[in-house]
Amino acid sequence: MQYPANVRVVHVPCTGKIALEHILAAFEKGIDGVLIAGCLEGGCHFIEGNLRAKRRTEHLRDMLDEIGVGRERLRMVNLSAAMAPTFVQRVNEIVQTIEGLGPNPLKAHDAFETTQAQKAGVP
Amino acid sequence: MIVASAKSVTEIKQLIDRHQKVLFVGCGTCVTVCLAGGEREVGIAGYGVRMARKLAKQPVEIEQNTIERQCDNEFIKDLAPAVERNQAAVSFGCAAGVQALAERFPGKPVYPALDTQFMGILEEQATWTEKCIGCGECMLAEFGGVCPVTRCAKHMLNGPCGGSTSERCEVSADKPCAWQSFARRSESVYAY
Repeated sequence: MQYPANVRVVHVPCTGKIALEHILAAFEKGIDGVLIAGCLEGGCHFIEGNLRAKRRTEHLRDMLDEIGVGRERLRMVNLSAAMAPTFVQRVNEIVQTIEGLGPNPLKAHDAFETTQAQKAGVP
Repeated sequence: MIVASAKSVTEIKQLIDRHQKVLFVGCGTCVTVCLAGGEREVGIAGYGVRMARKLAKQPVEIEQNTIERQCDNEFIKDLAPAVERNQAAVSFGCAAGVQALAERFPGKPVYPALDTQFMGILEEQATWTEKCIGCGECMLAEFGGVCPVTRCAKHMLNGPCGGSTSERCEVSADKPCAWQSFARRSESVYAY
């Protein structure tokens, strides 16, 4: 049971603790996609942390679409700690989706800027 | 409390289209409580606008500053150096805050980042209901603490229109009939 090596896991105490700024900062820095894995609905230790995260994620997906990064790069799934095979499956799914979409357009723009600067002889 | 909602990233981006260095000013009072224009919302809008402008190949530099109250000159005056450094200011305050900034800084364009809506109260998380439109002629004493000017869709001052069903307004089922609320309340109010 393996998931792709290009995935980095960031631990948080609860999906309700994830602020919109954390995800936006990651996208601004050029991350290609984010998968939020929360507890099963109704199973939140903090009662409604995962439900709040769900609403925030939907809001953020709309915002990413509006910005031009694309809503498909952000996804939330609900899993329990005992569902490792499902976790791997969900990770593989989002990795496939993102590979299909290509790199984060903000990163591509950075590369474009660098190329232009190199052509112009700017160090 | 004054309730406002944030304009979209696209709208804010269009407002500041011709500027390369912009100051986003948050307000720490009403609009922070209604999750529209506080420090966090300013930060989130900043990320959005910066990324959208970068994708449009017109990068923008955004400075952020949230003051305690935008409708008070006492707090606005501290913004002077930051406004000086930037080409324009975007106010995340209510309409009073935007106009206060515009009056205080006559040489700089000031744009609104929020749509100011009404004076209301919190019903549940992120849901506010309109209770006052600020008409300047308060008649709540005559109407048992229920404002017909604000809460009746037809602004009826002389009794219900007769269009409500199950205590709900005919305009929207989400909206309780103000006159019905008044009738319910008067039953207990006039008992004293």
